[in-house]
Amino acid sequence: MTGANFGIGRLRWNWFAAAALALLLLPLVAETNTPTLLAIWCLFALSLGLMWGYAGILSFGHAAYFGLGAYTYAIASFNIGESTAPLLLAILVPAVIAAIIGALMFYGRISDVYLGVMTLVVTLILNRFMNATAGDAYRIGNARLGGFNGIPAFPTLNLPGDTDTAIYGVPYYYVVVVALLLAYLLARGILASAFGRTLIGIRENEARMELLGYNVPAYKTAIFALSGAMAGLAGCFFANWAEIVTPGVFSLGQSAEVIIWVIVGGLGTLIGPMIGAVVLGMLKIALGYQTLVDNSLVSGAILILVVLLIPRGFVPAFTLWRRRLAQAQAQRRQTRGTRRRRVATQDAPT
Amino acid sequence: MDYVAVVFLEIVYMIAFLALISAGLAIVFGMMRVINLAHGEFVMLGGYTTIACAKAGINIYVAMLVVAPIVVGIVGLVVERLIVRFLYGRIIDTMLATWGLSLLLIGLVTLIFGNTAVSVPAPIPGYQIGRYQMGGYNLFIIAVAALLILGLWMALRYTRIGLIARGAMQSAEVVASLGYNPSIVYMLTFTAGAALSGLAGGVLAPLTGLLPSVGGTYIAKAFITVITGGAAVISGTLSAAAVFGAVNQAVSFAATPVLGDIAMLALALVLLRLMPQGITGRFFRNST
Amino acid sequence: MSEPVVETQDLSVRFGGVLAVNNVTFTLRERELRCLIGPNGAGKSTFFKSVTGQLRGAQSSGRVMIRGQDITGWRTHHIVRLGVGVKTQVPSVLNGLSVQENLWLAARRTLGRDGADAAVDEVLADLDLGAIARRPVGELAHGQRQLVEIGLVLAGKPWLVLLDEPAAGTTSAETERLVAIVKRINQSATVIVVDHDMHFVRMLGGRITVFHQGAILVEGGADEVLSDARVREVYLGSRAR
Repeated sequence: MTGANFGIGRLRWNWFAAAALALLLLPLVAETNTPTLLAIWCLFALSLGLMWGYAGILSFGHAAYFGLGAYTYAIASFNIGESTAPLLLAILVPAVIAAIIGALMFYGRISDVYLGVMTLVVTLILNRFMNATAGDAYRIGNARLGGFNGIPAFPTLNLPGDTDTAIYGVPYYYVVVVALLLAYLLARGILASAFGRTLIGIRENEARMELLGYNVPAYKTAIFALSGAMAGLAGCFFANWAEIVTPGVFSLGQSAEVIIWVIVGGLGTLIGPMIGAVVLGMLKIALGYQTLVDNSLVSGAILILVVLLIPRGFVPAFTLWRRRLAQAQAQRRQTRGTRRRRVATQDAPT
Repeated sequence: MDYVAVVFLEIVYMIAFLALISAGLAIVFGMMRVINLAHGEFVMLGGYTTIACAKAGINIYVAMLVVAPIVVGIVGLVVERLIVRFLYGRIIDTMLATWGLSLLLIGLVTLIFGNTAVSVPAPIPGYQIGRYQMGGYNLFIIAVAALLILGLWMALRYTRIGLIARGAMQSAEVVASLGYNPSIVYMLTFTAGAALSGLAGGVLAPLTGLLPSVGGTYIAKAFITVITGGAAVISGTLSAAAVFGAVNQAVSFAATPVLGDIAMLALALVLLRLMPQGITGRFFRNST
Repeated sequence: MSEPVVETQDLSVRFGGVLAVNNVTFTLRERELRCLIGPNGAGKSTFFKSVTGQLRGAQSSGRVMIRGQDITGWRTHHIVRLGVGVKTQVPSVLNGLSVQENLWLAARRTLGRDGADAAVDEVLADLDLGAIARRPVGELAHGQRQLVEIGLVLAGKPWLVLLDEPAAGTTSAETERLVAIVKRINQSATVIVVDHDMHFVRMLGGRITVFHQGAILVEGGADEVLSDARVREVYLGSRAR
């Protein structure tokens, strides 16, 4: 059926290919340390953008799953040694926990404000707990949790099966970028599917979807778990990039940041949150080099201004502006045409 | 026997602490359904105001009970006029904008006061219960909290302003048709909430070293107290504070303070799940 | 005699201190068209919600059955999956999506992705919504939105259709069209209509059940019921004769 696409356009493969190519060729012209971090943040933003923009679920504590991915990887790699299993666990553990917490909330018909509070509280609990785990008593297997100092020096990613070949630097950049591209395609695929359309329906009117026979809590739990898995993967990549995990990954600040990226970039698109992550990420890194203007101040100001002035974010506002521009141009062409026709008929011999 | 007294006092203190830091947020949430995530920073500002005044020579009681509420009240007024009033009814947007505000305030304070802790000594000396050394100042905090809650309750119940405020809580249209401008009512309410937060911050300032980031600890606890309490301003805050305070201290004593915090947060999750409208959504329905 | 499509046995529903539905035993046969009427607070909407599973926070006793299946306490989406279409009192559609998209979601669950497209076309033609198929529902006039909601109800091809105040806020022309639509629905499905609009109810011509103070006062054909003295008393007060 044409036109009934629920607001999801077809994937423009040429644009995607061009972007993918640009990303893959980047190491030829620039260093990869910062781009890797930006790609990780894009993945994190994508996870929230998918759930918030299309299913209408705003988690105030999405950093919980980011952090769980990071810590799971660190702890697992200390205990297992080889990195393939820890990587998979870093996706699985956040997903399972997200599923449990999601089920607890959604089957209890919790939404909106109370959902925000509960998701916030989960992050706070994790943050509080991790901060207090200093000392030898707190360990999982070989890994000491380290309290607010965190867990340093865990084995980073290696070639699957070959613990002697570590993946870092440019190859690591490629791993993250490929994962990001795949995640994007996955998100696109979901949105084009019946599952995705159902989520969009749920975002519009839960009660009505219920009346149409859909098991709404199940759908919400599913997307919450998927989003948690994606955030967990981002967290795992972050752990490998930073080569240390600290309770800061669970912080309110981290949760606030990802929300700001998504809302500035734009709710209701997949590319918006990623653009938000890149732009604000670069801003944050740039601000980190000086002490005059505090990062909090800038982030805060940006969030306030965006909520007040462009509540839907930049990408949708930009698209709207472009559409209005196109409409105005089309109208101008029309009136010009009518005027010409009128002039012509006036001159025609009677 | 001494131990029992100590535990009891610590529990009462915790309840008073929670009630004190939550009062401002409760008024704003209970009356206007506005979730001000910058509430912790308002408390923090009250603390900084008090310390700055005390260091400038102003009597500390005046600083904390008079100056701090006024200063933070003015900040609240400015915030309401410039930000919050455009977002009424949009509860998620309000949460986001006030979250931005909290970041902004932290940034500003860090810029002005720097990142090292500032502090002021507690003006009331400690005392002994048996073998235990107790902080005397804590008793002052309990007293202030009790008076505050009592005063608030009486104001809401027995004064005309309180009646108008409670009316606005039920319906802006009804209040408007009675001739009161709801926009002004909301403005004054938000300002009052900010002033109360400033008062709390001022009173709590002598307790620990103050950092710009201290708001984070306050907002979490105040937030869950208010939301779990439900719509009724006084009874909601009190009942939630009582439950959380008791559990927090009991677990802290039985195990560690961190576990006490975590127990409180976990309990919040359970209560919210079981009573999504808050405690006063289920019990004490028609109280203030 | 085939089993009843909808049956309640001694159904009582209590909200706190209020007894909204008082020991109601109700039977609805295959392909009936039944109208539930009664003054405000009579309990018809609560009764309706007992059948759709939309009661939360209420204590109920007694049984509700659909085609012999005991659905007491079932969640809405489970009940709907039996083949029930529901239109609620407060209009409930997906405002940000187009008419077409709304109908697709409704049809897809019962008919799958392939059957959904055909079903959507059918409903658009049936209800004459083709012209506005691509418009976001939130932008439509009230009467059109009501029609879209009826479309949502029908798209899944239900055999039991429950309509709560379908004629609310519609113009007289729209009401007439609605009567035709409901009668057409009744050709393939059993229908319960709750409404206040007496003119509409009369035009529908089905059996009428009158609710009063949570119980069934009278049940019968339109003329019979509407000329019943008790019904008049309930609606117009005891002085009216």
